[in-house]
Amino acid sequence: MNQPPAKQKAPRPQTSAPGVGLSHWGNALFILPFLICYVLLLVYPVFNGFWLSLNEIDQLSDSSDFVGLANFVQLFSDDIFRGAIRNTFYFIFLTTPAFVALGLVLALALNRPGKTGATLRAIFFGSSVLSVTIVTLVWRLVFMPDRGLLANIMSGLGLTQIAPLASETLALPAIALVTVWWIVGLPMMLFLSALQQVPQDIYEAAALDNASRWRTFVSITLPSIKRTVALVAVIEVILQFQLFGQSQLMTLGGPNNTSRSIVMFIYDAGFKQWALGYSAAAAQVLFALMLVGVAVQMWIARKRDAE
Amino acid sequence: MAGIELLGVKKNFGIVEVIPDLSLSINDGEFVVFLGPSGCGKSTLLRMIAGLETVSGGDIHIGGRSIVALPPGARDVAMVFQHYALYPHMSVHDNMAFGLRNIGMAEQEIERRISEAARMLELQDLLERKPMQMSGGQRQRVAISRAVVKEPGAFLFDEPLSNLDAALRTRTRVELARLHQRLKTTMVFVTHDQIEAMTLATRIVVMNKGRVEQVGTPMEVYHSPATRFVAGFIGSPVMNFLPGPLVDSGNACATLFVANGFELATQIPLSALPPGASLTAGVRAEYLIVDADAPVKAKADVVERLGERTLVYATLADGSFVVAEAPRDCTVNAGETVGLRFDAAHVHLFDESGKAYHAAS
Repeated sequence: MNQPPAKQKAPRPQTSAPGVGLSHWGNALFILPFLICYVLLLVYPVFNGFWLSLNEIDQLSDSSDFVGLANFVQLFSDDIFRGAIRNTFYFIFLTTPAFVALGLVLALALNRPGKTGATLRAIFFGSSVLSVTIVTLVWRLVFMPDRGLLANIMSGLGLTQIAPLASETLALPAIALVTVWWIVGLPMMLFLSALQQVPQDIYEAAALDNASRWRTFVSITLPSIKRTVALVAVIEVILQFQLFGQSQLMTLGGPNNTSRSIVMFIYDAGFKQWALGYSAAAAQVLFALMLVGVAVQMWIARKRDAE
Repeated sequence: MAGIELLGVKKNFGIVEVIPDLSLSINDGEFVVFLGPSGCGKSTLLRMIAGLETVSGGDIHIGGRSIVALPPGARDVAMVFQHYALYPHMSVHDNMAFGLRNIGMAEQEIERRISEAARMLELQDLLERKPMQMSGGQRQRVAISRAVVKEPGAFLFDEPLSNLDAALRTRTRVELARLHQRLKTTMVFVTHDQIEAMTLATRIVVMNKGRVEQVGTPMEVYHSPATRFVAGFIGSPVMNFLPGPLVDSGNACATLFVANGFELATQIPLSALPPGASLTAGVRAEYLIVDADAPVKAKADVVERLGERTLVYATLADGSFVVAEAPRDCTVNAGETVGLRFDAAHVHLFDESGKAYHAAS
């Protein structure tokens, strides 16, 4: 009589799609196309590049000799390479603060509803879609000695004409100016989207708290968008480390190598002098510099966040 | 402390007229609640007082001086926002100090005010926290204390309790009432919640479509609504409305033939009513009593037993719905026929323009 009820096997829950929620190796196939591209186009070249930098490569005989760190030792005694590093850092120093400051000023000025704001936003962002060839062509016309726009303005004002691209001190600042003009639209857009995320009622509270415009900017706006400021700075440092097109097309690295960037050095070493190992070593140095630069920035941003 | 005068205030957004012409006087030290449905212009009015919206016409005086040309910070008001509007990157302490530092107040005085407000609103242990590290109720207390430290002439509250859960809302409501008793400062409070209005206000300003429908104490607004809108908006459950023609009952007070079935006597003198008006009777549930002996019969549809009272939702012979109140121990069930007794002293009449007529007291 008092038999325990027979254990009933719980019915398996029926699902309309069998296998949903279960782990299956076949699921990995979905990421396979990405994985193939990622490994072939990124992981393999990174390691291959590092391997190349440790070799002396003769492209004619298709042979290579392992030379260890000899390429790196040679690089650091190469005046042109050291100059290229100096130039690249100087270029970043000129452009990144300009991108942050000018991008923010434009965003603040154009963060308004209405057609005028929308039109100006489109105009400032518009130059970013132009190719480097067109941008440099336009600016070479501006900087052209005697007949260029700059020369005309200078002579119109009764000033001595200057040819920035032919000047050792002005060539790189001129390229920096062109670069900022070309792609200041991107930081502007990033700042605009950040500004529009700041709740309006905080500004209203600040107005009721007697905050002046400057105080509101410093105490409310800037702290609210500091992550975007850090993001823009990191993006621009990474981008400007890779300066190539503008120097190549406007000055060919001259005069006297004063506008030669690291990427130009890598290109010339690899594809003009066919010193592939040497070029790869320079690329490793650039990679390391960018890594350090970005790491330092992230560290500063995080430290500020923690405060 | 300061009284507020609104003199023929107008507000347009483009071609849309939000507030056509509004005048109102708020006395020094009063707790006035702007009450109305969404879109009635109550928040716009508050924001115009604060200086966050421009005035399209008219004038606003605070403490006897015109303030429409002054920036928000110079109007001697402090505002508590619906979404708190705390500065997210500043500590509670700095949120409170920000406005005081902006006017160059001495640090010693700032600290004195902050510690006093923190004590009053029980924030002493939270002063170093950031808003993100606090609950909704705590944030709202910070928002209130940020206003308190300014010691303004008037406090402005824009639906400050609507983001809190029910229990916290009741608690904060009581805290606000205490704060007003303690500070005795003019407070203007915007809400669409009639319980907040009834419990907090010295006077309620009921608004509809940018106009003031009635200004009065909570009991005046409840017992003698000036218009049909006020009668319908204030009170839960909603007042019962029964339209019908006047009948000649032979006495001096109006009697209406309603719901196609019975005569509803009032204590409103016929002489007070406009001749030939089409009238609607209004009676609140607590004055429509379920009574087995009453001659008016209705079918109970739903019976709500709320503990302290029982509400009976019933259908009259002509199909119109009414809500009546039954004694706590009433045993009526849904589907049964009940008798309804109207308390003639509390029946109101409304003409077609919405104007109300009440029993002669």
